[in-house]
Amino acid sequence: MKEKNSIGASVVLSGNEAIAQGAYEAGVAVASGYPGTPSSEILAELSRYGDIYTEWAPNEKVALEVVLGASFAGTRAMATMKHVGLNVAADPLFTAAYTGVLGGLVIVNADDPDMHSSQNEQDNRNYALAAKLPMLEPCDAAEAKLFLKQAFHYSEMFDTPVILRVTTRVCHVRGIVKIEPRDTLTVTPGIHRMPEKLVMLPGNARKRRRDMESRIQQLKSHAETCPENRIEWGDKKRGFITSGVSYLYVKEAFPDASILKLGMVWPLPADLIRKFAASVDEVIVVEELDPYLETHVRALGISCRGKDIISPVGELSAASVRKAVLGQNGQQSIFDAGPLPFRPPTLCPGCPHRALFYVLSKLGVYVTGDIGCYTLGALPPLSAMDTCVCMGAGIGNAHGIEKALGVENAIGKVVAVIGDSTFFHSGITGLINIVYNKGCSTVIVLDNRTTGMTGHQHHPSTGRTISGEKTKEIDIAALCTALGVEHVVTVNPNDLEKTEAAIRSEVNRREPSVIIALAPCVLLPEMKTLASGTRFVSRTENCKGCRACLRLGCPAIEWLPWSDEQIPPGSKQKGISCINASLCYGCGQCAVLCKFGAITGTEAIDG
Amino acid sequence: MDKTVSILICGVGGQGILLASEVISGVCLKAGYDVRQSEVHGMAQRGGSVISHIRFGAKVYSPIIDPGTADFVVSFELLETLRYAHFAHEGSTIITNTQRILPVAVASGAVEYPKNIVERLRTLPVRVIALDAFSEAKSLGDPRMVNMILVGALSELLPFDGSLWREVLERRLPAKILPSNIKAFDFGRASVQKK
Repeated sequence: MKEKNSIGASVVLSGNEAIAQGAYEAGVAVASGYPGTPSSEILAELSRYGDIYTEWAPNEKVALEVVLGASFAGTRAMATMKHVGLNVAADPLFTAAYTGVLGGLVIVNADDPDMHSSQNEQDNRNYALAAKLPMLEPCDAAEAKLFLKQAFHYSEMFDTPVILRVTTRVCHVRGIVKIEPRDTLTVTPGIHRMPEKLVMLPGNARKRRRDMESRIQQLKSHAETCPENRIEWGDKKRGFITSGVSYLYVKEAFPDASILKLGMVWPLPADLIRKFAASVDEVIVVEELDPYLETHVRALGISCRGKDIISPVGELSAASVRKAVLGQNGQQSIFDAGPLPFRPPTLCPGCPHRALFYVLSKLGVYVTGDIGCYTLGALPPLSAMDTCVCMGAGIGNAHGIEKALGVENAIGKVVAVIGDSTFFHSGITGLINIVYNKGCSTVIVLDNRTTGMTGHQHHPSTGRTISGEKTKEIDIAALCTALGVEHVVTVNPNDLEKTEAAIRSEVNRREPSVIIALAPCVLLPEMKTLASGTRFVSRTENCKGCRACLRLGCPAIEWLPWSDEQIPPGSKQKGISCINASLCYGCGQCAVLCKFGAITGTEAIDG
Repeated sequence: MDKTVSILICGVGGQGILLASEVISGVCLKAGYDVRQSEVHGMAQRGGSVISHIRFGAKVYSPIIDPGTADFVVSFELLETLRYAHFAHEGSTIITNTQRILPVAVASGAVEYPKNIVERLRTLPVRVIALDAFSEAKSLGDPRMVNMILVGALSELLPFDGSLWREVLERRLPAKILPSNIKAFDFGRASVQKK
């Protein structure tokens, strides 16, 4: 359990840690979510407080339904997810706007401009507008805590879920935060039967729809004076309208300008915006991604600059804002290194996914994939993933390809891959579809016993809850069998030969099949202690320079080119492979590939 | 200090950059400054190029450092020093570990690792401090202490008391590894001359 920060102390916290602290101070009773960068650390951190119920749900839709239930029971509740997670949770989201809440309900939504760790950079402020839900947007860690607590207050005051929208540069920026005491709550937990409010039959929903309109009117007038929206008067030549982290870039670039900082980004304060615009010579809207505020400002009949000078793509910075407004940045560059070797993220040494993708690459099958560490299997030299759209998509994609081409043309050519956590998130329904609609796709579950990419969160088949308590371990093989898949095989992907044989046989089968490629992530703490045994070394006298081992793309295997003098006369060999002992994990995938006995196991000599 | 000080830390995922950043920002807080520190997680971290931005001063706004504005560039790996040297301005200090970690494209022989990096940096109007932190950390008992050696080197150039650094290290590091890490920190601190 976590050592609690003392009340009144100033501490350096990341935005995510500040949100967890805010949830604690707000008296949240139940919190649920699914890991997703940049939101993952919020729940992980909150679970360490000890006296708040937290859980990893299998997906974001379930998480939102859970916290909605907790709200219906009269307690404060919070869901956390990344931006694309809100797509999954959109179904309950839109109708939760109708039911409203009993205990305060906040959905923390983390957008990822510039796609540091995402497949798209959708702007989820649009969800607030579409679902008619108030949205607060903080600019830093201190405001994230403040706004989260305020969001709970507004949720109960206006009978509505509230969205707290953060971005990567709020979640993962550390700043100074003041620790405050816990709120005293006014709502009473219990069973509350209120069918007119909570049963959204058309008759009830029509009434709630009208109630929503009056709520929106109240929120609109509240937005005009709420402390989250404020004007900082300065030089009136330029007036900036901005929100979130963009505010910090404006302050850095134009410290003396007038700024309308919008902390509540839906609904927007029309009169405040008009008043501000009327007092400055030129209005400039600075926001990342969509022209969301700009569209609203223009709809009020105010002329402004915005996306005509500021990119709708990626993150902003003080320099990009300065350049957009002034036409130049003013910073002189002292250095240009020229083109450099890229250093993209890569599968770790010893990663079992590498072995699996090596085999898929060798077989040349079309691989429909999705989101996880294993998406890195798409990068050279493995280059063994052909599609990646969203969590679970590979399974539907494979089935669609088979139905489009017909069994005769597709058989043996396509496989779907999905991670273990992702399988629970959104793979099961796709598999049911294959069985039900007489498909014959092969699905490979890359079971590394954890949610790897986001930092090793537990999931339904790890046998542990978020807090590390023991729980039922859901058996993926038994689950697939229960769904009607008659051919379920488990292989260890580190055994390249058996894995290849299993894939060859299953992809050519005219029935649905599942291969579970089971080998734990080598970064799991228990794997670190297991890894003490063997390391692999290259015997350079045996190496023929054939480069077979290099096709694994393992960071521990290095090619040492020979100089012209080193190349023996008449030899085609251009160098040798060498294993970097400090990086080698000892998986042995490479040893099998060497036909010349140049790679052999040895005792680890780690210092 | 009226002017905001910007420190860019770069290297390869897994080198302990985030812990180093946490220690530095912790000291800035203790010294009474406003501080912001920005980093990225998730896919961006897996053995890829990693950067962390630290800015401190009376009041800090932007959490990220723009190219040409870093007062200090502290780099954990030589190729990454080259990649991020353009964040420095005239008169900045670049502290670089001379360790080379090969990107996969270099390891597999597809492209070459750039040559004469330190020499190229020395032609710039900046102070260059090059340290073999990896060998030093290994000889002190744990190659993972590269981060503490580099933090130690930086500490000598920042306006904070040694006791503040000690206090934050004691709070942040597990007792078991604290003595060796303090040794690494002290080594880094001693290897840099104040200007």
